[in-house]
Amino acid sequence: MLDSFVYLDHGATTPMLPEAIEAMTAQMATVGNASSLHTSGRLGRRVVEESRETIAQAMGARPSEVLFTSGGTESDNLAIKGTFWARRDADPRRVRILVSVVEHHAVMDCVDFLQAHEGAKVIWLEVDEVGRVHPETVRAAIENDPDTVALVSVMWANNEVGTVQPIAEIAAICREFAIPVHSDAVQAVGQVEVDFTGSGLDLLSISGHKIGGPQGVGALLARRDATLVPLTHGGGQERQVRSGSLDVPAIRGFAVAMRHAMANRVVGTQRLITLRDTLIRGAQDAGFGVQVTGDWQPGDGIGRLPGNAHLLVPGCDGDSLLYLLDAAGVQCSTGSACQAGVPQPSHVLLAMGMSEQKARGALRLTLGHTSTTADVDAFLAALPAAVERAQRAQVATSTTQTR
Amino acid sequence: MRVVAAMSGGVDSAVAAARLVEAGHEVVGVHLALSQNPATLRESARGCCTIEDASDARRVADMIGIPFYVWDMAARFRTDVVQDFIAEYAAGRTPNPCLRCNEKIKFAALLDKARALGFDAVGTGHYAQIVELPSGARELHRAVDMGKDQSYVLGVLNADQLARSFFPLGDTTKPRVRAEAAARGFFVAAKPDSHDICFIPDGDTRKWLTERLGEQPGDIVDVHGTTVGQHRGAYAFTVGQRRGLRLGQPAVGGEPRYVVEVQPGANTVVVAAGELLGVDVITGTHARWCGPAPEGVVSVGAQVRAHGEEIPATAWADGEQVEVHLQRPVRGVAPGQCVVLYDGTRVVGSATIARATANRAVASGSPAAG
Repeated sequence: MLDSFVYLDHGATTPMLPEAIEAMTAQMATVGNASSLHTSGRLGRRVVEESRETIAQAMGARPSEVLFTSGGTESDNLAIKGTFWARRDADPRRVRILVSVVEHHAVMDCVDFLQAHEGAKVIWLEVDEVGRVHPETVRAAIENDPDTVALVSVMWANNEVGTVQPIAEIAAICREFAIPVHSDAVQAVGQVEVDFTGSGLDLLSISGHKIGGPQGVGALLARRDATLVPLTHGGGQERQVRSGSLDVPAIRGFAVAMRHAMANRVVGTQRLITLRDTLIRGAQDAGFGVQVTGDWQPGDGIGRLPGNAHLLVPGCDGDSLLYLLDAAGVQCSTGSACQAGVPQPSHVLLAMGMSEQKARGALRLTLGHTSTTADVDAFLAALPAAVERAQRAQVATSTTQTR
Repeated sequence: MRVVAAMSGGVDSAVAAARLVEAGHEVVGVHLALSQNPATLRESARGCCTIEDASDARRVADMIGIPFYVWDMAARFRTDVVQDFIAEYAAGRTPNPCLRCNEKIKFAALLDKARALGFDAVGTGHYAQIVELPSGARELHRAVDMGKDQSYVLGVLNADQLARSFFPLGDTTKPRVRAEAAARGFFVAAKPDSHDICFIPDGDTRKWLTERLGEQPGDIVDVHGTTVGQHRGAYAFTVGQRRGLRLGQPAVGGEPRYVVEVQPGANTVVVAAGELLGVDVITGTHARWCGPAPEGVVSVGAQVRAHGEEIPATAWADGEQVEVHLQRPVRGVAPGQCVVLYDGTRVVGSATIARATANRAVASGSPAAG
């Protein structure tokens, strides 16, 4: 295949940092279950606790507030199901779950499940045309009947269009009513400032492989007073809430990546903002009427993730563009979830008021720590031919063409 | 050439894709998502396009080292194949959706999209052979494995489509294809063949149609117009059908009776004894030629259903219309089915059956054109 390729899908997963690989492989060469009482066990436990402290410090949390999980999806499920069950057990009136319409499937499908099987009532919080939840929307939904709210969940930053949500304001409203509030910050960590204690959140999901750590590890930050019903039962390794032997090498790699991401965040994000803006401007200037979605202000890294460029290309199917760019050595994403390999029209774009037709031409390019100007140039060089072909392909397969 | 290998997730298309790679083509595997709501797992030999099928296809693509994509053609499939299938039955005809899919999806929508994206051709696991003449023109021929031959469902392809198609399995028998798949390490080597209509997973076409067209009770009559029974929807009957008529009174003489005509306008099903089923004159419309159109009266072999018998015949083409005279009568020829014409093993072309009649006198109710 291609000897070299341009990787512009850091939102899916980002290459592991060499420091993380080194720390993790060294740990893999050692024995020790962190729950064992002997010397090897204690050595493993020490690595886990040092990692917990590193992550806590980086996230503005206490070490005891860090629960290691298998990743963002498990963290979201534990936060939402665990809180829902605990709150409903304490007061059976609490069945309403308030979530934004632009959440990741790890949250959306989780609340759908609770609605279908556990008597939950999901209240979907609408967004504006850039995909942002307004704090007043949250307040209005709570005030409708505060005593029946089990929890609120709004993501820190959207995985498709990169819009950053006003989490501190939303959390402050929830605190007024003493309602637990969760945020999925998987895409935000390492790109924007995420301070758990300062945010006022009760629960926060993070993942290892979006910041240069390994896949398969993440954490749920949970305030010490957060009550969670466990999803998995067993040894109760993590605060009696999450069971299963801890993946010591992965946790170590996660912590090393976290330390690195924090040390380099400010410089790194400035670099990403410049690359992102070059990419967006270049695509707009290519002459196909390419639009950028969400909240884009050149030079801004607060309202939109610094590494996120989400484009709409008129007259194209995103999956044709994806194929053509991949064949040209540029890897990116349509941004939306697949069903059996078929990209579905994005629920995020539809919630932002776009037509299904328009949403089909979505292309997500996400930059990260390995991204360079050469990557952006390669994408911009490959784009025109890809768009021309993809537009022809859409004409060829249009549903209006029958008989 | 740059070739899209259509990969269903089955053994045939897996081996076909591998052979295309070995023939030196630049191959990309494509699985067509044709169902709006794909099931998770394949159940028995029916159904298709499940998530399991897509992942089987993806795994084979990994093994032979080609890129793999799923293309969503569910909307086109619903319009051009499924809705057409319903409309044809509602009009009293008997469509062949596989043939329709080849004509409208695999060698039209898929091929058109592939060409727009820079590919030269589409390759599939169909059992049929393409013979290239010294002139460069291509002919479509039956597969060497007559038990698996699928040239009938490819009889709708025109010369341009044939020029951009590959059927790498036409020279091989099915057992050898399975053995080759096993030798290549494909775990789909023992996957069951698919049968029946892919979008009717339980195989009950009548029930499926009733769910979509509703119950439309009407009479079953004999060729004299005497009511002999009732039905719940004429659309669910096919010429030649014997089972499921539930006739109250036996025929004089007690011989079995068959559907000889479906009249959608009158919502009536006409039944008669078996000898009235035999037809030897077929009028076809919507003629498609795999090469040059035949001129004048030509001797051909005619096949009226997939895996049906080939009957010696003469045919005469007049623009879109074809008249076929069979040398001996054949039973159960339903309007809407396809007649495919052969010259030896070569596919000459095909037409959709509009009328099928007996040259000898037939009692009243000669099947009407749809």
